[in-house]
Amino acid sequence: MKTSAFLTDSTLCIGCKACEVACKEWNDVPPDFVEWRGLSYDNTWALSARTWRHVMFVEGIPEVGKGGNDPATMGWGLLSDVCKHCEVAGCLEACPTGALVRTEFESVYLQPDICNGCGYCVVSCPFGVVAKDADDGRAFKCTFCYDRQKADLQPACAKVCPTQSIQFGELDQLRERARERIGQLKDRGIHDASIWDPVDTGVAGTHAIFIVRGEQKAYNLPPNPEVPTTYLRSGWTSVAVAAGAMLVGTLIAFLGAGGRKL
Amino acid sequence: MSDIARSRPRVSGELEREQRLTLIQREAAALVPSEPRVAIASAERGYYELPLLKEPTWTWEIPLYLFIGGAAGTASVIAGIARLTGASPKLVRDARRISFAGAVLSPTLLISDLGRPERFLAMLRVFKPQSPMSMGVWILMGFSAATTAANVGAWLRERSMFPGLAALLEGGGDVAALAFGLPFASYTGVLIGATVIPVWNCNVALLPPHFLVSGLGASVGMLELAGNDAPALHWLGLGAAAVETAVGVEIEREKNPSQAPLKRGSSGWLIRLGGVLSGPIPLALRTASLFMKPKRAAKLRKYAAVSAVVGSAITRVAWIHAGQVSARQSRP
Repeated sequence: MKTSAFLTDSTLCIGCKACEVACKEWNDVPPDFVEWRGLSYDNTWALSARTWRHVMFVEGIPEVGKGGNDPATMGWGLLSDVCKHCEVAGCLEACPTGALVRTEFESVYLQPDICNGCGYCVVSCPFGVVAKDADDGRAFKCTFCYDRQKADLQPACAKVCPTQSIQFGELDQLRERARERIGQLKDRGIHDASIWDPVDTGVAGTHAIFIVRGEQKAYNLPPNPEVPTTYLRSGWTSVAVAAGAMLVGTLIAFLGAGGRKL
Repeated sequence: MSDIARSRPRVSGELEREQRLTLIQREAAALVPSEPRVAIASAERGYYELPLLKEPTWTWEIPLYLFIGGAAGTASVIAGIARLTGASPKLVRDARRISFAGAVLSPTLLISDLGRPERFLAMLRVFKPQSPMSMGVWILMGFSAATTAANVGAWLRERSMFPGLAALLEGGGDVAALAFGLPFASYTGVLIGATVIPVWNCNVALLPPHFLVSGLGASVGMLELAGNDAPALHWLGLGAAAVETAVGVEIEREKNPSQAPLKRGSSGWLIRLGGVLSGPIPLALRTASLFMKPKRAAKLRKYAAVSAVVGSAITRVAWIHAGQVSARQSRP
């Protein structure tokens, strides 16, 4: 079994969106609602049913008096976001049809011919990745190019990336490479770069890790993602207690006051 | 009109012109924002204040399904226990019919939400304990089969057809409908509680009893409005209203910021409206009715019944809406 993974390095991304285009071309993803929002050069806003790679443009806040070649001048952080393919995946646990499966590459794959569009995976993803297509009615997300991986090819986005910002490979190797990269950056005087790899959280690690500069939360990368199945015990216990109480209450009401008129 | 515009007519002497400069200076200084007004990407605001999570996609069918499921599930519990304790046959029959109506409407609403009938069948190919939606579908299937059997059995008995089969269907159906009715009316709390939506998962333990009791208030109300005046119904309605009042107090006392959608904005007011209609109002009316002459008391109980039914429906709409607001407010 191969544990495929993405390492997306924001320090190498130039924001060309070739990954978005390649993904759409290879997977035949229909056009998304695209509109400038006045939020930097991002015109897709978020991952969606029709956007499986999303290039984020995190623009620094201009500081009055800082400009030109000043190191504190405004800069861009660019990052290509993607489905995280969690080790313990909320969407996969929640799916009531078995449309979402774990593949031999350890990615999470949504089988469109089985999905019934119930939308339960949408509210079970701690990253807001999987989404329902309003026209089609079913849910869609990154397939990790399952078909290409089966043919021993790398995912379309990784193939076209001109700067190796998106790297595809074996998870542990990529983790090692990420650590090396952080060291390299430190040598060059960049000390604010960090790896996002949520191993000790509810999702127990992901198959997409990221290198970002500055605040990880500014890229909507949550530090502590939770899988909703952790709430099941508490919920079902509550059901049992409530059901028992109501059964007893109803019995008392009917036995105590059943025949008598008020 | 601003001070500058008002002072425009007379600008003659140097002193006046200097004073006017001071005015402009003051007004301009007020225009400098103290913090950035545009959305930014930061640790506190996330990526340009765009929500981290996706909103629930469910439309009007799902809150209505939650309401009908609550009423139908608890009605089958009333039917079973009413029959067991020898209550009036009309009460048993009416309660069974409410369950049956729920068993017919629920899958219809779910199919309407999914868009095509065969999409519902996709859920019947797996049995998955870790998915509350999968468990819910099987609970719904069991409930529908049971309440249909009970209703068919009763129909056959009333016409003296196949007495043996009729008794088996009616008896077995009633017991099974009672057993499935309890989880059917309350599992929806786990369904929305065991998700990533903050306002829902904060309340995962509160939601099942809340929905169950809200459903009980609704089914009792429906039975009373159908002309049943068994005192047991009144006591059940009183108990449900008391619990709903306690739930409302509990929600108001919450201080966790994730619970804001339950208290503020449109979803907060919907939660309050549903809560007041299912809790304090029927509680007050039913309590007052205890001290009144039968005719007046019956009238108050009718009002309490209507209030509880409407409140139960609004409660479900409010919770789904609160989930949408909560997702919109989500940050990493």
